[in-house]
Amino acid sequence: MPDTTVLTPVRAHTTTVAAPRAGRRRPPFGVVLAGLIVATPAVLVVAIGTGAVWVPPARVWSVVVDHLGGAPGGDALADPIVWQVRAPRVLMAYVVGAALAVAGAVLQAVVRNPLADPYVLGVSAGAGLAAVAVLTIGGLAGAGLAATVGVSGAAFAGALVTLALVLALGRRQGRLDPQRLLLAGVALSYLFQAGTTYLQLRVSTNQLAAVLFWLLGTVAGADWAELGLPAALVVACVAWLMGQGRQLNALVLGDDVASSLGVAVHRVRVHLLLVASLLTAVVIGIAGGVGFVGLIAPHSVRLLVGADHRRLLPAAALLGGVFLVLADLLGRVVAQPLELPLGVVTAAAGVPFFLVLLRRAGRGVA
Amino acid sequence: MSRLRLDGVGVRAGVVPLVADVSIDCAPGTFVGLLGPNGSGKSTVLKTVYRALAPAAGAVLVDERDVRRELTARQAARRVAVVAQEPGHDFDFTVDEVVAAGRTPHHRPWARLGATDRAVVAGALNTVGLDGHGSRPFGELSGGEKQRVLLARALAQQPAVLVLDEPTNHLDIGTQLGLLTLVRGLRVTVLAALHDLNLAAAFCDRVHVMHDGAVVARGTPDEVLTPELIATVFGVFAHRTVHPGSGRAHLIFATDPLPCTTSEGPDEITDTRRAGGHRRRRPRRRSRELRRRP
Repeated sequence: MPDTTVLTPVRAHTTTVAAPRAGRRRPPFGVVLAGLIVATPAVLVVAIGTGAVWVPPARVWSVVVDHLGGAPGGDALADPIVWQVRAPRVLMAYVVGAALAVAGAVLQAVVRNPLADPYVLGVSAGAGLAAVAVLTIGGLAGAGLAATVGVSGAAFAGALVTLALVLALGRRQGRLDPQRLLLAGVALSYLFQAGTTYLQLRVSTNQLAAVLFWLLGTVAGADWAELGLPAALVVACVAWLMGQGRQLNALVLGDDVASSLGVAVHRVRVHLLLVASLLTAVVIGIAGGVGFVGLIAPHSVRLLVGADHRRLLPAAALLGGVFLVLADLLGRVVAQPLELPLGVVTAAAGVPFFLVLLRRAGRGVA
Repeated sequence: MSRLRLDGVGVRAGVVPLVADVSIDCAPGTFVGLLGPNGSGKSTVLKTVYRALAPAAGAVLVDERDVRRELTARQAARRVAVVAQEPGHDFDFTVDEVVAAGRTPHHRPWARLGATDRAVVAGALNTVGLDGHGSRPFGELSGGEKQRVLLARALAQQPAVLVLDEPTNHLDIGTQLGLLTLVRGLRVTVLAALHDLNLAAAFCDRVHVMHDGAVVARGTPDEVLTPELIATVFGVFAHRTVHPGSGRAHLIFATDPLPCTTSEGPDEITDTRRAGGHRRRRPRRRSRELRRRP
């Protein structure tokens, strides 16, 4: 405690504080990053090799190398399975996982709430309603609609409309207010979920399976044509968000502090919200409402590398991608020949993983 | 060290004026206090200085350059830093990470922190007496340590002007005195909103008193902190004495008239109010209650 005789302001300040205590033990950032970077191709290769027909990693690797080298078809047996069927699906899972993890981390910082996830602004509920509407509205009109925009297009449009509504409702005195954004998002979510539930109750049993699968997320049936544009958008959005690490750090410390640090708080918040939500909308369009990754991946990574967004975002992208590839793999193999929706696996496998991390972090503090 | 000058600053919330025509001149290297009851507009004025609010009228000038019109956000942030009241959310930042946020205005958004930045961060922690605490989680610090880390973050901006918004709130007396002594020893111009009038008397070169959104008195603490002014602005009775150690003014407060003094009875309050002509709700109610007493 400070010397209590320092009443004259000119006197030198003498302070003694408790001896430095060791901080929370974290593995060095380089080790975590290197581990994730090495794990990525390994997990991808194993996931591509696993399925009804097992393809050994070396064979998967050579097929992929052939295709990347521009001389495909060397392995006539494995080539279609590896390159046409499984590779797009596994890559899509990776892209979806990475995107959701980054979007979740950004939204948690922007609305300054650790419970936020990519869907907190209601975009998944809006996308869900639009997608389920297209899936379930029968008759000629429904078929025509489904053929022209597709479920993905409808979901993407639904997500964007919801985002526009939330941004319009989340203003106070011309500025976006985090609390108000959250409330607007949650309120709209309930409204759209009610609509989705109503549609679900009206459909036949065989349609219901498709609806449920979509709502819980799936990357089944992905092909290269379907992957290209969304993947490019995801890469662009994630790259831009990674450049915003320091602005995100400042925003977490409070709007006033961020202003005093030279951050244009209002403008930066709008940009971050738009890009993170665009990212989410793209992913919902291709894979449906994959839950949990966007909430748990950022927190897991925070426990590993800390809260500095310049480290958090790259690590979250890598971990989210790997995690969702593994989740998809599990969903394919545990109940063969049945497939489980991604949302079921992410929750069932993700919660124990997260609880282990939480316990380990708790020990480090004491 | 820079001169900070507020020139006729006014802020409105919609059409309601929050503060009007506030002019404050802080000479380079001085410690200037901003006093006044809750809701008198102190924080609002400070927010215009660190650019969290745009003044509707007037200007904030650092070395005669307007922080809104003549400086970019980052240029202004390299000159003015703040220790604000707003808690934010720490999301498990370490002390180092919080302090390093102070380097934000010195870089483009995507640039990496270099050796200079690390040295500045370490130096700031050293200045506030938290050497070697860099890897501790911010959320696990004591209130006094947190406030020092926030001061270190402000210092990492290498500012010429330091704005403090009630920096001693919720701190024990030793930590309060330690913090202000520390700030007093820094080579910066300080504008601080303070609630404790005795701390203001002990540490400030000059004080400005705000009431209902306007500056109603300015000068040295000795000139300004009179029992009459305190009765008018804060609605309490004060007896003024001299601090035996520092020789500066020291105030003793009461809600009832103090027996040892005759100059600040209820009648005086009524007189000052008439003379001042400011809108006052709390003091008026109080003085009426006092008059009803036998």
